[in-house]
Amino acid sequence: MKPLRNLMDKLEPNFQEGGKWHKYWPLYDGFATFLFTPGHATGKGAHIRDSIDLKRTMAMVILAMVPAMLIGMYNVGFQHFRALGEEAAFMDTFLYGALKVLPLIIVSYGVGLGVEFLFCIIKGHQINEGFLVSGMLIPLVCPPDLPLWMLAVAVIFAVVIGKEVFGGTGMNVLNVALTARAFLFFAYPADISGDKVWISGNLVAAGENANVVDGYTGETALAQFAKVGGEVSHLGGVAYDGISDFLMAGFIGLVPGSVGETSALGILLGALILIATGIGSWRIMLSVVAGGLAMGYLLNGVAGMFPDNPYLAIPPFYHLIFGGFAFGAVFMATDPVTASQTPTGKYIYGFLIGVLAVIIRVLNPAYPEGMMLAILFMNVMAPLIDHYVIQSNIKRRLKRTKALAHA
Amino acid sequence: MSTETTVQEKAPKAPAKPLFTAKDRKLITDPLDDDNPITVQVLGICSALAVTVQLKPALFLCMGVLFVMVFGSATISLLRNLVPSRVRIIVQLVVVAALVTVVDLALKALAYDVSKELSVFVGLIITNCIVMGRLEAFALANKPGPSILDAFGNALGYSVILIIVAIFREFFGSGSIMGFNLIPQGFYDMGYVNNGLFILPPMALILVGIIIWVQRSRNKKLIEAN
Repeated sequence: MKPLRNLMDKLEPNFQEGGKWHKYWPLYDGFATFLFTPGHATGKGAHIRDSIDLKRTMAMVILAMVPAMLIGMYNVGFQHFRALGEEAAFMDTFLYGALKVLPLIIVSYGVGLGVEFLFCIIKGHQINEGFLVSGMLIPLVCPPDLPLWMLAVAVIFAVVIGKEVFGGTGMNVLNVALTARAFLFFAYPADISGDKVWISGNLVAAGENANVVDGYTGETALAQFAKVGGEVSHLGGVAYDGISDFLMAGFIGLVPGSVGETSALGILLGALILIATGIGSWRIMLSVVAGGLAMGYLLNGVAGMFPDNPYLAIPPFYHLIFGGFAFGAVFMATDPVTASQTPTGKYIYGFLIGVLAVIIRVLNPAYPEGMMLAILFMNVMAPLIDHYVIQSNIKRRLKRTKALAHA
Repeated sequence: MSTETTVQEKAPKAPAKPLFTAKDRKLITDPLDDDNPITVQVLGICSALAVTVQLKPALFLCMGVLFVMVFGSATISLLRNLVPSRVRIIVQLVVVAALVTVVDLALKALAYDVSKELSVFVGLIITNCIVMGRLEAFALANKPGPSILDAFGNALGYSVILIIVAIFREFFGSGSIMGFNLIPQGFYDMGYVNNGLFILPPMALILVGIIIWVQRSRNKKLIEAN
């Protein structure tokens, strides 16, 4: 650490007022405060200062994403080799996935931070560290074979239109990572939805590859639910011995899907880290799960009346294990900028996300996955929820003071 | 400020009045930038979203709006002292509706495929806020000459934005402009894909937003003090 500190100290005068690179001060400041906790201290008055600042918070969220990402990387290789009917060694499998996922992460960070630096230099602001988390989230919610240029376009769109036009980190209405995904989803639907993109290696696109094992299907578990209900026997190149085998694969994360969202186990570990450190709101996570389960049971209850839609009949807890529900609940819905701010508002916000996600999944045949749209919709509604929570609090207290005054 | 200058101009009764005075020219140039009907007055957004997927229908709609606005403004301006103010909206509607019917029938007769493409949006010129807005705000209180210039300017300002949005949407959404393919096949072979979001109406809204952003960062007059 010492040589790094010395280097930063030596470089600092160049960036200060009058230095030759003064224009790029935000750049230096961004790097310096990323590497070392800044030494500012509050001079006067009794202010309580937490030692954790925004950059440290972001680093913790990224740490929480690591389990899901590592299992996701392994899963990319696993799905690929299984679809070809090959047995590969653990390290080979992991390396295949890592080589698919790392370029996505590098492009996401490179492009996103590039846009942020550009805006900071133009506006003369400090660097916004908000992209540290978004840059990691975006590759984790994309299919492994997404063309890198599409990712780059989506990141530019999300950072500029989703965030910078509103004034940068902390001012955005919509979750940046989901804005990028929504952009991809509507701009390039063939590369982020359907049944050809979830298993790496362009297996179907390359002309009905003859090497694919018998019974290969490229769909995600959610697309299968829409077709056959909960009795899924086959996903990708893997056939399951009964339903418990399938559920176990889904829980560990060895099913086709976007890179980081398949593993409920990894996401659960991440959730524990976030809750233990107090960074992620447990209120939101809990209420998203509650909302999803409540809507799941409700739809399950009426399943008998609508035999045409097998999705209705799946056990509600399947919603938590498969697809992006868990990932969205833990990492997206809890985004402190775009979520509701009041504790009561957080319960309402989370519950409605869960409810909407399941409604979209089950009742809209065009979208087997609904988490993205549910969270984006509730992002827009979050300020409204907060407004009414605050107003009702004011009304309640006014009533109380009036009652006291009359007594 | 502007009223003072007009008083001064009128007082000496300039013998040889030029065809377009500076004030007349401002009537045409103002709506192009400083007082653009879409980006500054924020009128007529619906049609900017609906008909800008491709450039060709956008151009036809612009011509329709230009026609309706110029003749509508001229008519209302001529009638302005005859119409009781209580029924002025109805009179404006009748005039505009008649002109829109002319446009609609003309399109059906001369360019049937475009007319089908524009479908209901020709009829909806009647409800285009720009048309009624300018009749109400300008033609009712001014002589036919300036009214025509004002209508012409506003229709042009509207058209400029529509054409910019349509060019971007058609190029990125369909890879063509005016129906001519501009992106070579080699790009598609290398993996380029047309952007489906540009086909959808929300992208038109975002594009209009970006135009407003660029315009305001260049034109300091438009920055609100707050």
